[in-house]
Amino acid sequence: MDALAPTPTILEGPSLRQRLAAYGFDAVTLLVVPAAIFSLLLFVYPFAFGFILSFEPKAGGDWLANYKRFFSDPFLYETIGKTLGLAVPVTLLNLLIAVPIAFRVRLMRRQRLLTTILVLPITLGTVLVAEGLLNYLGPQGWFNRTLMTFGLISQPLKLVHNYWGVFASLVITGFPFTFLLTLSYVTGIDPALEQAAATLGASAWQRFRHIYLPLLMPGFAITFCLSFVQAFSVFPSAVLLGEPAGLTRVISIAAYQAAFEEYDYPMASAVAMIMGFVQLAIVVAVLASRGLFYRGPASGAKG
Amino acid sequence: MTIALSQFEEVRLDRVSRDFGTLNALRDISLTIRRREFIALLGPSGCGKSTTLNCIAGLLPVTGGAIWLDKHRVDTLRPEERGFGMVFQNYALFPHLNVRQNIGFGLKMRGTLKAEMDRKVDEALSLVRLQGQEHKLPGQLSGGQQQRVAIARAIVIEPPLVLMDEPLSNLDAKLRLEMRAEIRRIHNELGATTIYVTHDQDEALSLADRIVVLRDGVIRQVGTPKELYEQPAHLDVADFMGFRNKLKGRVLSSTNDRAVIDVNGAQIHGIAREKLSSGSSAYAAIRPDDLVVGEPGPNSLAVTVDTIEYRGREFVGTAHSHGGHDFVFRSHVSVEPGSQIHLHAGDERILVFAEPIQGRA
Repeated sequence: MDALAPTPTILEGPSLRQRLAAYGFDAVTLLVVPAAIFSLLLFVYPFAFGFILSFEPKAGGDWLANYKRFFSDPFLYETIGKTLGLAVPVTLLNLLIAVPIAFRVRLMRRQRLLTTILVLPITLGTVLVAEGLLNYLGPQGWFNRTLMTFGLISQPLKLVHNYWGVFASLVITGFPFTFLLTLSYVTGIDPALEQAAATLGASAWQRFRHIYLPLLMPGFAITFCLSFVQAFSVFPSAVLLGEPAGLTRVISIAAYQAAFEEYDYPMASAVAMIMGFVQLAIVVAVLASRGLFYRGPASGAKG
Repeated sequence: MTIALSQFEEVRLDRVSRDFGTLNALRDISLTIRRREFIALLGPSGCGKSTTLNCIAGLLPVTGGAIWLDKHRVDTLRPEERGFGMVFQNYALFPHLNVRQNIGFGLKMRGTLKAEMDRKVDEALSLVRLQGQEHKLPGQLSGGQQQRVAIARAIVIEPPLVLMDEPLSNLDAKLRLEMRAEIRRIHNELGATTIYVTHDQDEALSLADRIVVLRDGVIRQVGTPKELYEQPAHLDVADFMGFRNKLKGRVLSSTNDRAVIDVNGAQIHGIAREKLSSGSSAYAAIRPDDLVVGEPGPNSLAVTVDTIEYRGREFVGTAHSHGGHDFVFRSHVSVEPGSQIHLHAGDERILVFAEPIQGRA
């Protein structure tokens, strides 16, 4: 800390404090400390702990034993594919629905009421939505009973305790988040750009294709990543609405079983690490593809 | 020249109205724009000049009236079907496209062949003098260059009508003068028909063939710059044309185009620009240039000098009279602040207007 004291020497040029300040380090930088401690204790330490633990198999043996076991047991490694099979289509669908709605809402004056209604599912939480769907989409639920009353089906559709139950629940809980992010990106684009394109002869589709889409792609990439990470860590709805021993045995179920049914924490840590790695790989791939698109400010004027 | 603007005889606005809820932004705007004319829509903010332009461009639907391009009704067409070129106040350049792609955008939307597109874009680039910048993104250009791109982009599609919405308001003073001359040069070289929205009377006077003065969504006067400058029809037009001294008084007599009004006991003789009835309120309007320091006598008012500024060739002073009127005047000699002087203007230099109707002033 001595180094931070002002040095009275003139011949040596700027003091350390001045040189640090030139790089953006000054007393205000210290305000970062609480946040740094917080993330160190609650993120970095548990992460590092889990990372190391995953290399110390409970049964002893090879330090990579947990990973070898994961990738040799189809019951375990297939969870990656099953989770991706849920998270990727759900995220894409949410984005696909959110874009046209955001384009419409952008022009509305009573945005607030609508966004409030749309945000409601977030506040309800996944468990409540899952319970609701169980009743609504179940064999004796309103949905099947209505369809049967109108004679559209003779047997109740199996919509819960399978892939589609989890899918529906993820769409419902994930959509508001995707929509709000999309809306903020869409409204961030200067409407004069669209008007300019219109006066230059671009039809509505051409305006979307040549102006909005290229400007929105980076925002869509971020939205995809954040929504995808949420969907990838699906757990309650996969258990409640899905087929947790079969088609919707997602990766978080595998981690849960390792930790709380087999009491094999090192194995659970290994599963968590693999889960993190898969998410990271997808996110990095998507963000890297942003480099293909223009990423500057989305308004024509300077400043 | 490969850029040949579509030919037509006239664009006609026939009692165009635009309401925003209960607010009448435009009321019965009727105007005929002839081919190759440079029209300036002039007025204070909120007068409806940008609304008029947006209605012509199709960005705002009209709520009444019609717009005709010769025999074709265009106000029912979508903007992309009208084919009018528009230059926006903030340029609205596509930030992800380079200069060449921005300029070529309209041609690309029309499915123009590559070779022809290249030729036209090259010509537009040379017309706005931006050769060598074609691969830069808009963010890498200065304000003046961005403006040139916006103009090139609007004219390269060969529109019958070029619409400009305060295109110079984001530029600094020096660049503004430069671009003003450029806009007129491009207009002349192309033989374009231009509608230009501005709130700056200097711009309107120096650029336009005809000026349309708008106020509260109504056309107040249409005329050549000279007509508007010398013979403003109403007090608010006069105000816009630099008649900064407005003296309220009472009409003593009014015959033909002459009027005498009483301003706090002083008799002011001037030219009547509106119908005046004896005894009613009226305003005498005088430009600062026409107010000279003189002796007591006819058309002369006693005032107290408030400030005096040196402006190189002359002095600009402010003063107030007993009756509470404020004055701006020019003088070749300096006068002391606080001193009593007489300001005088010739009969021909004073315009007399009727008191404006409330809500319209």
